[in-house]
Amino acid sequence: MQFDSLQAFFNMGGYGFFVWCSYGITFGSIGILIYLSATQEKRNLKHIADKLKRDERLKAIRRNKNESKA
Amino acid sequence: MWKWLHPYASPEKAYQLSTTLFPWFAVLGFSLTLIGTIWGLMFAPTDYQQGDSYRIIFIHVPAASMSMSVYVGMAIASFIGMVWQLKLADWSAAAMAPVGAVMTFIALITGSFWGKPMWGAWWVWDARLTSELILLFLYLGVIALYASFEDKVVAARAAGILAIVGVINIPIIKYSVDWWNSLHQGSTIKITEKSAITNDMLYPLLMNIFGFGLLIGAIVIMRFKAEIIARSGMRPWVKTMALEGENK
Amino acid sequence: MDKSNQLSYCRGFFTVLKRDVAIALRQRGDIFNPLLFFIMVITLFPLGIGPEPNTLARIAPGIIWVAALLSAMLSLERLFKADFNDGTLEQMLLSPQPLTILVLAKVLAHWILTGLPLVLISPLLALLLNLDHQAYLALVLTLLLGTPVLSLLGAIGVALTVGLNKGGVLLSLLILPLYIPILIFATSAIDAAGMSLPYDGQLAIIAAMLAGSLTMAPFAIGAALKVSTN
Repeated sequence: MQFDSLQAFFNMGGYGFFVWCSYGITFGSIGILIYLSATQEKRNLKHIADKLKRDERLKAIRRNKNESKA
Repeated sequence: MWKWLHPYASPEKAYQLSTTLFPWFAVLGFSLTLIGTIWGLMFAPTDYQQGDSYRIIFIHVPAASMSMSVYVGMAIASFIGMVWQLKLADWSAAAMAPVGAVMTFIALITGSFWGKPMWGAWWVWDARLTSELILLFLYLGVIALYASFEDKVVAARAAGILAIVGVINIPIIKYSVDWWNSLHQGSTIKITEKSAITNDMLYPLLMNIFGFGLLIGAIVIMRFKAEIIARSGMRPWVKTMALEGENK
Repeated sequence: MDKSNQLSYCRGFFTVLKRDVAIALRQRGDIFNPLLFFIMVITLFPLGIGPEPNTLARIAPGIIWVAALLSAMLSLERLFKADFNDGTLEQMLLSPQPLTILVLAKVLAHWILTGLPLVLISPLLALLLNLDHQAYLALVLTLLLGTPVLSLLGAIGVALTVGLNKGGVLLSLLILPLYIPILIFATSAIDAAGMSLPYDGQLAIIAAMLAGSLTMAPFAIGAALKVSTN
């Protein structure tokens, strides 16, 4: 352990602001990227499922129309 | 080898392979990054010149090296996709672009936070920084071009050409500190000779580089899977998957 | 294949070149508008910054080159557009001539029509901006070597976006990053010349860029055109 106390660790020899900001931004942005990438697949699947259902509904409507005509 | 590789050219097989590979990349990458970061922040010795501000190196260097590696990977994937008409290669390139852009952004931001206490300026217009900024623009250009075509087969080709043209920037970034008198310090890690850094600093740095690499691999795999799903929405296996997910 | 009714590469090249120049000469706006834009941008700077001769001399290389980049980009947008709309481009892709040669001819025509006038008028603008007289030759030389590179690299971006309706903003995002190295070396050459320092190193690098893009860009442009016309 390089630091004597928690205080010294957060202070980073006077460079605390720069060190913690860069670490924060780095892991923050990686975190956002991971979240977006992890949910992307679900969103795409949902999109496809919605499209399939819509097609299904359209087909059903068309079928009903044809039946009522006949 | 081609016979062994051939089945993976089918999107479904590639999807399954990615699913199997993903946990390895994720767990290894996450733990390496965690250990490397904690080691670097708490146990690595203080630099006698730069004090504790140098600890930014443990994320700055991995992010910067990954920003270049991902770009080269993306260009190679685009090249393969263009020459052998391999859709999966195009999709992997599309999966890599945003990840590389984020890495470039991180490298620039952390560099800026390191430069402020060391050089007294958030930003200087020197060769290394400028060429890295161009890299960010290239990534954004590739992403924008890919997004602006309705037909994603054409989009991948177009973005691939841009990616391949932009590769010329990579050696410029890499050797900018050797070619020009730059404010940016020279490379710390050398493969052929002894590195200009003590082992106590080198090991956490190497751990973070590999950790970042694996973590990025995991993120790219996630995006790649999502890309496969989005591009093969008309395939039966994707349809069943989508409907199963809906009914759950 | 019957050789007799096939154009030689050289004839194909000059046919396209002549055609493009002739079209542009008929609609003179295509030549004069980018040039006017170039002059307008440069005259805006002294109005915005203030007419101090020393300041203007200091920033003149940068202004002239940035204006050159922007006007090149503005004029490039139309490089393939008309041909794409009326189907000429498709005919070119189908023709037995190698696409790289036809594309090179189109880019050369673009440079003759927009780059060359810019080079010719640049000393006059340098005079307005009070540039050091030692730097005049450097300015003309960098523009002479650099503007063809702008046309060649820019044509790659134009070829990629020609099929898109909203290509304009995207085009700048694609090709301005590629222009940055030329801008850096060109302005540093002019600065060096202004201080009576040797600038042949920077000039050599720009010439190397010209040689590199002259040999490789036509292939990239051809590939990009094939992709976007599809």
